[in-house]
Amino acid sequence: MLKFTADHEWLRLDGEVATVGITDFAQDKLGDLVFVELPKVGAKFAKGAAAATVESVKAASDVYAPLSGEVTEVNAKVAADPALVNKAATGEGWLFKMRLANPAEADGLLDEQAYKALID
Amino acid sequence: MAEASLKRTPLHGLHLRLGARMVPFAGYEMPVQYPDGIIKEHLHTRAAAGLFDVSHMGQITLRPRSGAIADAGRALETLVPADVLGLAEGRQRYALFTNAAGGILDDLMVSHLGDHLRLVVNAACKAADEAHLRKHLSQSCSVEPLTDHALIALQGPRAEAALAPLAPAIRSMRFMDVRAVSLMDEPCVISRSGYTGEDGFEISIAADRAEALCDILLRNENVRPAGLGARDSLRLEAGLCLYGSDLDAQTTPLEAALEWAIAKARRRGGERAGGFPGAELILGQIEHGALRRRVGLKPEGRAPVRGGASLFASEDAAALIGTVTSGGFGVSLGAPIAMGYVPVAQALPGQRLFAELRGRREAVGVCELPFVPLHYKRG
Repeated sequence: MLKFTADHEWLRLDGEVATVGITDFAQDKLGDLVFVELPKVGAKFAKGAAAATVESVKAASDVYAPLSGEVTEVNAKVAADPALVNKAATGEGWLFKMRLANPAEADGLLDEQAYKALID
Repeated sequence: MAEASLKRTPLHGLHLRLGARMVPFAGYEMPVQYPDGIIKEHLHTRAAAGLFDVSHMGQITLRPRSGAIADAGRALETLVPADVLGLAEGRQRYALFTNAAGGILDDLMVSHLGDHLRLVVNAACKAADEAHLRKHLSQSCSVEPLTDHALIALQGPRAEAALAPLAPAIRSMRFMDVRAVSLMDEPCVISRSGYTGEDGFEISIAADRAEALCDILLRNENVRPAGLGARDSLRLEAGLCLYGSDLDAQTTPLEAALEWAIAKARRRGGERAGGFPGAELILGQIEHGALRRRVGLKPEGRAPVRGGASLFASEDAAALIGTVTSGGFGVSLGAPIAMGYVPVAQALPGQRLFAELRGRREAVGVCELPFVPLHYKRG
């Protein structure tokens, strides 16, 4: 089940590891992505800290850590082909995985219904 | 600015019909992109033809009260360092409004249309430009903004073939020619110029006929609509300045590498040397040089370096030496590109500098402009 932030990130929880990406709404708003900057594996982020950057032709946007934790893996495919985020934002276009400091915090994020209400 | 107060161009309905994403720009609600997206729109313009609404730009008629066009030319030459008197009928020229400090108030196109001059100025500057013209030229010229006209840019290697069925005469035009041409029985003014580095046309047409013209052009499979996003990425690759980013009132023509826009006749020793605002400083710089210069910049990595980024001589130097003024992704090059101002000693192609990006420094190389070959029809 996906969880969402008001900053248009999504998060898929698998035990205490969360896969993170930007939402389809966000990729559509940004337009064609031409560059993705991913964090280093092992980097630690507090909830809300800038963890990655996605850039369209026109502008750069920060991607925030949806929860506190440590990066365990990054998606090298999107670094090589940023358009993958446009094609499959919530699938193959994921950005990074992080081991959550406190997985229970995920309960505080938006569910799909609440996120949809936010962007409508 | 509240969206309710944004102005609309005569093509607003077309943009909505085409599914454009509308954004505020210079007081107008403008299409930043269509469903194709900026990358496709950019590449299509380089490969075939892009159709751009540039009706937000100011079109101003300058008509000599005496009836003698030379009087309008002489008058305009008091505000710009271009050779307006030497502009032949049916030709267009790039010019700069300068200020007393030698800075640039706006950049513009001037066309000689027989009994009057027509100026095309930037949207964000058009009210100030009009006031500037009225204040200084009203004695000799009437200054009439063409508010009931759209301006449509058709740009790319297939532009001529797309427009010629409506007006075969445009085939014989070359780069920077301007002609009064009838399109769909509507009198239009067409120039063979643009802001993409490609061959193409800008068509001034009555507001109420603009959408019909676009519909006809868009029926051609080689013509696709393109928004402000592609317009910006195309002009950056072509090394063309954006007023407000690359040019401003604190930047001189020589600093901006626009000395080619200072006509020989207006330079020291020329037939009509000086006589425009800031002439002393601008002409002095042309002889003795300026401290900084606009250059092309190519980041060595893949991360785009955007306008506003600080430039340094080395990875750890403390002193700021320059600033990026435009930067983004060169869609045709598949790599980031930028322009900025650096000290002349560091303005040589091949010079390695560093741009500040998210708290670190990225290497950028100074390079020649433009980034892509220009395809104007000069022959």
